[in-house]
Amino acid sequence: MKELWKGNEAIAEAALRAGLEAFFGYPITPQNELLEYLSQKMPLLKRAFVQAESEVAAINMVYGAACAGARVMTSSSSPGISLMQEGLSYIAGSEVPVVFVNVMRGGPGLGNIAPSQGDYFQMTKGGGHGDYRPIVLAPASVQEAAQLTFLAFDLAEKYRHIVGIAADGNIGQMMEPVELPPPRPIEKRDRGWELTGARGRPRRIISSIYLDPQVLHNFNVHLQAKHREIEKNEVRYSEFMLQDADYVIVAFGSSARAAQSAVRLARQDGIRVGLFRPISLYPYPYARLAEISRRVRAMLVVEMNAGQMIEDVRLAVAERVPVRFFGRMGGLVPFPEEVLAEVRELEKSI
Amino acid sequence: MINEHMQVVFDYPDSLTDATMTYCPGCTHGIIHRLIAEVIDELGIRERTIGVAPVGCAVFIYNYFDTDFAEAAHGRAPAMATGIKRVLPDRIVFTYQGDGDLAAIGTAEIMHAAARGENITTIFVNNAIYGMTGGQMAPTTLPGMQTTSSPSGRDVEVQGYPIRVAEVLAQLPGASYIVRRSVHDPGNINKTKKAIKTAFQVQLHHAGFSLVEILSSCPTNWGLTPEAALQFVKERMIPYYPLGDYKVAEAVKTIVQ
Repeated sequence: MKELWKGNEAIAEAALRAGLEAFFGYPITPQNELLEYLSQKMPLLKRAFVQAESEVAAINMVYGAACAGARVMTSSSSPGISLMQEGLSYIAGSEVPVVFVNVMRGGPGLGNIAPSQGDYFQMTKGGGHGDYRPIVLAPASVQEAAQLTFLAFDLAEKYRHIVGIAADGNIGQMMEPVELPPPRPIEKRDRGWELTGARGRPRRIISSIYLDPQVLHNFNVHLQAKHREIEKNEVRYSEFMLQDADYVIVAFGSSARAAQSAVRLARQDGIRVGLFRPISLYPYPYARLAEISRRVRAMLVVEMNAGQMIEDVRLAVAERVPVRFFGRMGGLVPFPEEVLAEVRELEKSI
Repeated sequence: MINEHMQVVFDYPDSLTDATMTYCPGCTHGIIHRLIAEVIDELGIRERTIGVAPVGCAVFIYNYFDTDFAEAAHGRAPAMATGIKRVLPDRIVFTYQGDGDLAAIGTAEIMHAAARGENITTIFVNNAIYGMTGGQMAPTTLPGMQTTSSPSGRDVEVQGYPIRVAEVLAQLPGASYIVRRSVHDPGNINKTKKAIKTAFQVQLHHAGFSLVEILSSCPTNWGLTPEAALQFVKERMIPYYPLGDYKVAEAVKTIVQ
């Protein structure tokens, strides 16, 4: 049954249904409803909820709970996610499963509270120090935000890795009809690494320190092998009217909604354009995009930033076709008519 | 061989591993580790204790304890311990932190863990210096004290005043047991052990946040012999950091003895 849900609350409820055992967060607009929703629900379910003193503390509480084997999550928005990068790097270096949600807002600095996709680099290229990349999933609707949040916990646990939900102020704040996944029970697991007290077993240590350079090198080789495995298995994307397309718009998250409307408008004008929408921003769907670039004439990348994902598009396209960019910053959202105008320019330039 | 005429009067704690400690000669971290291990043994909680290690000289504490251990980022041990304790409330969770870790970079985390009355125990080792990084000025470095980053001595006009952590935390209603002890001589070592035991008992009784600040020596970075360093603790540190009980909540008084 479909119900009307606000994005932030749908993400929170999906996490609960996925078996969220602990949440630690700090208020920041435009993600507040997520924290508020869980502040009410978690105690009723006798699950852990702490409003931390900072995002720095919140992510380290998440780190602790993950070490103790709990299914755990935090959420924030861009400036808060910057503060969490220290903890995320330690989490990557310790290989404990963690989910975080970034309801992105305009930056840099304090920026504003309007929707943005300005954290693409920070989300997908590592963010903190050292060699790691979180799995990053970008929803384009409230429905998809709920589904990807549910999935995020499974991926985090499968790979003992970080999964980030790259939402933005649009996804977090808007209301849409949603069919939520059914709740699943929380089962107590011992996967052989959790810190639960050394009862009837040797002690366990969770740490990200490897003083010996050769040992740290070997650990990084292992970590990179895991990344290759993720790149092999977890690429996700969606395509719209691509079969006969001469031109392709590449966009993720809420930019893709404006792009999809622009595709419809352009088709009415007889321009054969389609939409390619990466859902996993890491791993990025390079191979599929490369394939597409072999049979189209040009591409247009639409983002709510100064051009971040376009670097990955260019890597995939390898100069086979021209790649044009249309970006809105500062919390401005692209309108379908604006994107259509860009498509026309693209067509003219070929 | 032990027969009926003999009894064990001194033994190695079960809660310590047989790893060789990497602390400098004369450093009192080893004594404090042993005291904690003895307390864990005596309370019979080794199999349900989870430690959280700091960044600093004690970064490898997890090598020395036969308990589960997590390694925190610098200053974040109280936040990490909070995460563990909130999902495993029946386990005993303690942090072990130095003065740079707890009173500089981790000030917010320790203040708020105490303010929440988080049911964890913190062992706070105050030796007035950054040991591991080579002897820089710490938030607890005494006025006038020379370090590698205050080579002319700490000038309070420029570098501010040292923080008295126990006194500060004792102001928070959430804190249940806040005391300061020292390990510069056997009598004080015994008192320190008693305080550590009380701190863990506070947690066992779900009575809130407990912290034992322990004045400790750093002969290497103070540029003193081990013996002179202990003398420094007694003559220089204790006057600025008086030993005593700064907060013993009513609930705690009923727990202890």
